Amino acid sequence: MHYLSTLFAGLLFGIGLIFSGMANPEKVQNFLDVFGTWDPSLAFVMGGAILVTAPGFWFVRKRTTPFFHTTFHLPTRKDIDARLVTGAAVFGVGWGLGGLCPGPAMTSLPFAAPGVLVFVAAMLAGMILAKFTALPLRKTITT
Amino acid sequence: MLLYVTGFVNTIGSFDLETEFTPITSLLGGMLIGLSAVILMASHGRVAGISGIVSRLLPPAVDTKGLPIGITFVVGLLLAAPVWSGVFGQGSVAVISSNMALLGLAGLLVGFGSVLGNGCTSGHGVCGISRLSGRSIIATGTFMATGVITVFVLRHFIGA
Repeated sequence: MHYLSTLFAGLLFGIGLIFSGMANPEKVQNFLDVFGTWDPSLAFVMGGAILVTAPGFWFVRKRTTPFFHTTFHLPTRKDIDARLVTGAAVFGVGWGLGGLCPGPAMTSLPFAAPGVLVFVAAMLAGMILAKFTALPLRKTITT
Repeated sequence: MLLYVTGFVNTIGSFDLETEFTPITSLLGGMLIGLSAVILMASHGRVAGISGIVSRLLPPAVDTKGLPIGITFVVGLLLAAPVWSGVFGQGSVAVISSNMALLGLAGLLVGFGSVLGNGCTSGHGVCGISRLSGRSIIATGTFMATGVITVFVLRHFIGA
């Protein structure tokens, strides 16, 4: 039963991505193309998500534990370090180049468009690479 | 389903097609994403950050405790497009570059950067900002900025 909630959450997330237009790389690139064919739609995606998540998280965290688990796994770090900024900067370059971020890339995978397959394979390789290089630094981070 | 159009591409792989401004569907779609994040937080106490969920399934240091939750969430995510296509019969158009070298580079940077920076559009951009996390606000501002610069260079400098 409790895995059903996770499965449903994943499904809902993917449906949201498709319905919102976030799964269309062209639309993502147009959102970032402020000085060209700008399409501000994706600001509404993020806005809509935060509109639900911000109060939702607030209510949920009034509980001491989640429904099906013993603790909340929330990031505790507050420091702004070079890794955070460098990582985000590198991520943004890739996001701009391909118009895909991890969620839409995974959602797009089942139809196996060649470009998506190449992107996802490279993305998984990049993640493994980053985990290897960052491993000694990540000991303090529990997920 | 997502219909992939790869034909209207110049050599660089960028496009000059305009897309329709869709404030209502984008807002509603965003709210579904938000609802999903709230469900995951309420049920298992986890942040719906896709890069985090996916990367924790990968070696080295696989998060074995969170493995079943991560896998079921990803399965749900993978089912979305087939379910969408089953329910609505046809899909939305997704235009993606046909420049495979560019997409390979893009994927590598997205994967590497999101793990190095502990999050992506969902983890930092949605969940982090909703928790008013300073790290997430800085990260989101940073990837938005480099994304805008990248598309500017790609489309208006190198490209079309």
